[in-house]
Amino acid sequence: MPDIVLTAQQQRTRKRNLTEKRFRRLCFAAIAVTAVFLAFLVMNLGIKAVPAFTSSAMPLTINVEPDKVDSTAIASGDFPGMVKDAIAKLMPKVESRADRKKLYQLLSGSVADEVQHRVMADPSLVGKDVTLQATLSADADMFLKGQQTSTTKFAGTAPLSLAADGEAFKISAQGHGFKAGEIVLTPTGALRVTETSAEGAKAEALVAPDETGAVAAGQWQSLQFSDGEDSRRTSDLEAVWLQRFTDQGKIQSMFDKALFTNGDSRAPEQAGLRGAFIGSLFTILVTLLTALPLGVAAALYLEEFAPKNRFTDLIEVNINNLAAVPSIIFGLLGLAMFLNFFGLPRSSSLVGGLVLALLVLPTIIIASRAALRSVPPSIKEAALGVGASHQQAVFHHVMPLAVPGILTGTILGIARALGETAPLLMIGMIAFIADVPGRITDAATVLPVQVYLWSTLPEAAFRSRTSAAIIILMIVLLCFNALAIFLRNKFERRW
Amino acid sequence: MVSLVIIVALSVLAYFASQMRAAALAAGGATLRARPTFHGYLAFVVALLAGLVALALAGLTPALPALIAAPAAAAAGGIAVFLAVSPVLRARVIFEKIVLAVLILASAIAIFTTIGIVASVAVESLHFFQQVPMQSFLFGTDWSPTAPVPSFGFVPLLTGTLLITVIALTVAAPLGLLSAIYLAEYADLKTRAIAKPLLELLAGVPTVVLGFFAALTVAPFIKTAGAAMGFSIASESAMAAGLVMGMMIVPLISSLSDDVINAVPQAMRDGSYAMGATKSETIRKVVFPAALPGIVSAFILAISRAIGETMIVVMAAGLAPNLTFNPFAAVTTVTVQISAMLVGDQEFDSAKTLSAFALGLTLFLITLALNIYALRVVRKYKEHYA
Repeated sequence: MPDIVLTAQQQRTRKRNLTEKRFRRLCFAAIAVTAVFLAFLVMNLGIKAVPAFTSSAMPLTINVEPDKVDSTAIASGDFPGMVKDAIAKLMPKVESRADRKKLYQLLSGSVADEVQHRVMADPSLVGKDVTLQATLSADADMFLKGQQTSTTKFAGTAPLSLAADGEAFKISAQGHGFKAGEIVLTPTGALRVTETSAEGAKAEALVAPDETGAVAAGQWQSLQFSDGEDSRRTSDLEAVWLQRFTDQGKIQSMFDKALFTNGDSRAPEQAGLRGAFIGSLFTILVTLLTALPLGVAAALYLEEFAPKNRFTDLIEVNINNLAAVPSIIFGLLGLAMFLNFFGLPRSSSLVGGLVLALLVLPTIIIASRAALRSVPPSIKEAALGVGASHQQAVFHHVMPLAVPGILTGTILGIARALGETAPLLMIGMIAFIADVPGRITDAATVLPVQVYLWSTLPEAAFRSRTSAAIIILMIVLLCFNALAIFLRNKFERRW
Repeated sequence: MVSLVIIVALSVLAYFASQMRAAALAAGGATLRARPTFHGYLAFVVALLAGLVALALAGLTPALPALIAAPAAAAAGGIAVFLAVSPVLRARVIFEKIVLAVLILASAIAIFTTIGIVASVAVESLHFFQQVPMQSFLFGTDWSPTAPVPSFGFVPLLTGTLLITVIALTVAAPLGLLSAIYLAEYADLKTRAIAKPLLELLAGVPTVVLGFFAALTVAPFIKTAGAAMGFSIASESAMAAGLVMGMMIVPLISSLSDDVINAVPQAMRDGSYAMGATKSETIRKVVFPAALPGIVSAFILAISRAIGETMIVVMAAGLAPNLTFNPFAAVTTVTVQISAMLVGDQEFDSAKTLSAFALGLTLFLITLALNIYALRVVRKYKEHYA
């Protein structure tokens, strides 16, 4: 078959069609990149957030000793002491004060608080036992989740020979090569490998073992960590304790209620979002109650009543410009006007809500005007025709038909306010506030600011907390947007 | 709060009293100039407004107890209207005038807000410039507000802001524009129905979330990538902040450009097709030039947005005021410094706190100029094709 010879024109057409295809693909790629970015963002944050939704806990029975608490002054009782005794009972051979303290610190500080709480509620508990699920501290929790270091566990499949060598021990096991830093757990003790050689290893005692000679296969195990003891927050000894508790089947992973029911805290495992939730709720209520009436009123005037003159022109230019002013400037306005000039309470939801109201006002006005404009003039004209006053025609006939559009715009504006951080930093909503606010003039914080606050903290445990807060914030925002879309689809009328 | 409830209760009471009195007059055979309901409405708004004004006055003058003054004023207003009810009272006309006044006041809030911004920022800036000469602020190249001898040179902040903005625009301009072209010219309804909400979703992601992502995921990635290629890159770099900010701006550019491209009359495209041009040739040689002014203004609005963005740069760009154009160095921006100066202790007599307002003023003026220019271009453009 002879080669098909293309004329110059055919060649040109082919080239042009190729260019066409390439351009189309390029345009599609732009959308694809954006979609991939969004998907990656959500997945990345989601994966980071997962660990924060569970926490580790273990059952603990605490004896409320009468000599540590006076039933007439329960609040001044030594509850941490009781918890310290209770956990020490579970781990014999922990004798030194420092080690007991370390053991106690595996637990969250909230355990002692909870015991105190229960005894205050029921003073007859003094002298009795209290059993509760004791939450572990964030460090212990992260270690168990493998977020501090990755732990490799070896079950002892061959007998372990164990011989005392002065202070240290000589250990060896068939078919298992020990590594320096490895931890060997025997039924009663724990050893840390210090030196390795061809025929075995030298180890020092973390917890002195009672047995010498040989440990049967299956009676011992060993742990290797990817990070050295210096570069993790959980020491080898603490790791041994946690491993013992795990082997005893005590440690349970539970849904982390504290994340939702607690206020903010310096301790990661106790830090929760309740304060931020309530703060956001108050702030958004203030925003809604101010911005919605003002926005609708302004839109009604500009769309329905305003004569075309310089004053209304000025208003319109102002609204359009305000919509594009950086949000941090509104924070400066709030600081100088609401706080310094009017003397409203600093850090409060009231001021935050007012600042956000000014911020979203242009958005609401523009959306409301569009909604009013889309109502056909014939409706107003009919009302005027049967003798309604101008205002009656607008308020009774035009506005009700524009309500779905106004609501949609308002919800989108509110969703924006809910995600806004920068202006609130200026008016002091960034302060650490452990209490849940009870009124709109109380110092408060909001969800996005809480995200920022947690993201600045050095503890690694706060990182997953931050991601969890972000996921919750995004779900709330998604709900708002879904509601707006639902309203738009359900009530929107095309004329 | 209590006085507010009392005011509202009194106003409702005034409504019923006046409405009933007018209704009784009508039942007695009098011809009213307004329906009884309007007499009620009038009493309601007069009582309410009187109460609210008294409440505000009581808030400003501590000598006046709100709990007495506000209800008294509301009652007085209600009673005045109640006594004025008569067949000749033009209740509806007066009521509608009051409503209109309230509407005008509400729309004037926009003006008040602008005045408030300018006033609050400008006054504190004046205080700042009394302590620091304007020249050394505008042209100084050293920003060290916490040093023993503080120095407030604006230039490193400006270059940092511009550097990040340029990176952001380099990412966002092609992505945003090409997606807009795809949505407006190529996408079928189904693709549009997926892609548009997707872009809106990205636009709705709070910036604090993007900042966290930039600081914790993008910046370490850039750092390790740089280390793999033998560069050492700061863990807080202009690049990380700029890239993520670029992604944040994509929806803004694409939705504005989408509108602009859709506004180009179909006849222009049809003419081009009739001459035998392919779709991409039409887009590049006919639609794009026609839409160019609008697209330029979309870019300008995007620049203004990037300059004013705060959280991403606060979390990912850092506080180091380096005068550099190296995208892998740590830089700081105007917005970062504003928040750094104001978060924590505020002393309104120190130049450090006041400098935030000077920076705010500069930021406001820059973005205002950009916005006004862009909005004017859009307006002209709309008129051109309308």
